[in-house]
Amino acid sequence: MIFSFDLLVLLFLIPSAIIALQLRNLVAASMVFGIYSFLMCLLWAEMGAVDVAFTEAAVGAGVSAVFMIATVYQTTRKSSD
Amino acid sequence: MKVLTGIVVTFVGLLLLYGVSDPEDFPAWGDPHSPANASPISQYFIQKTIRDSEVPNMVTAVLADYRGYDTMFETVVVFVAGIAIFGVIRSYEQEDVELQVSRRRPDVIPKRTVRLLIPIIQIFALYVLAHGHSSPGGGFQGGVIMGASFIMIALVWDLETALKRFSEKLAIACAGIGILIYAAFGLVPMFYGDEFLNYGILYKVLPATDSREMARYYAMLGVEVGVMFTVTSVMYLIYALLATRGRMKGGL
Repeated sequence: MIFSFDLLVLLFLIPSAIIALQLRNLVAASMVFGIYSFLMCLLWAEMGAVDVAFTEAAVGAGVSAVFMIATVYQTTRKSSD
Repeated sequence: MKVLTGIVVTFVGLLLLYGVSDPEDFPAWGDPHSPANASPISQYFIQKTIRDSEVPNMVTAVLADYRGYDTMFETVVVFVAGIAIFGVIRSYEQEDVELQVSRRRPDVIPKRTVRLLIPIIQIFALYVLAHGHSSPGGGFQGGVIMGASFIMIALVWDLETALKRFSEKLAIACAGIGILIYAAFGLVPMFYGDEFLNYGILYKVLPATDSREMARYYAMLGVEVGVMFTVTSVMYLIYALLATRGRMKGGL
């Protein structure tokens, strides 16, 4: 484990998790979810779980962000609560 | 209500931190004596995978061979998820109710870029599938990457262009075929008197395999091909349905 790398990733990871929940604009929130997934993928890759990291990069950061944005375009752009 | 939620979340978070703070309960990263590494079953996988199936990537061997049942029904779950989304939102209404259709021609820059990228993405997906034994990867990741290449066509041009290449019926058929491929690799050993998904005996069937180990190696590849069929088509189908409210035309 590389401590400074972990620290750097966590420094971005936790704010991105909070921002994704707080944002009113759902497209932006989906984007931040993608960033969150990518940071998780970096963390897993660094800990040696390369298969998990690969899946997270493909599914979490790639396809699911597209799914969420596609859904948001068919519903409302703004969160109501 | 928000304050209450905040208090509960903070409390649970502190509880979790307390739970992992004790080194007795939560071993250090990479500790060889941690329960996950020291248990007999992990020891078996670490020591015997190469001997049993000649697969260097332990994760793939566990996923597709030792734990084959689990992965087979994981594939079924992906298939059922796709069919469920299809059943819920597919609609055959003909009138276009204020669909957010972008009928304009695609811009030159995305068009050129995607034209260059898609062959590379698809080759990479096949590489991930075929090389899943010796490096990270396999059917699920390869399938998602392959599905993403079709989603890219739908994003840059429109869904009609993508459907011309990979139609709705073909996608549903491929999703089912994937599971059938997987199940076939499980059923054939049964005809030779072995258990379901016990690939070793397949050396009598598969070409160019003369040992049980190599039969397991190649059967894993075959199983991953089945997974890739299902995942590719389900990913593409989900995108096409979600982006068009189930009408299968127009879209983003």
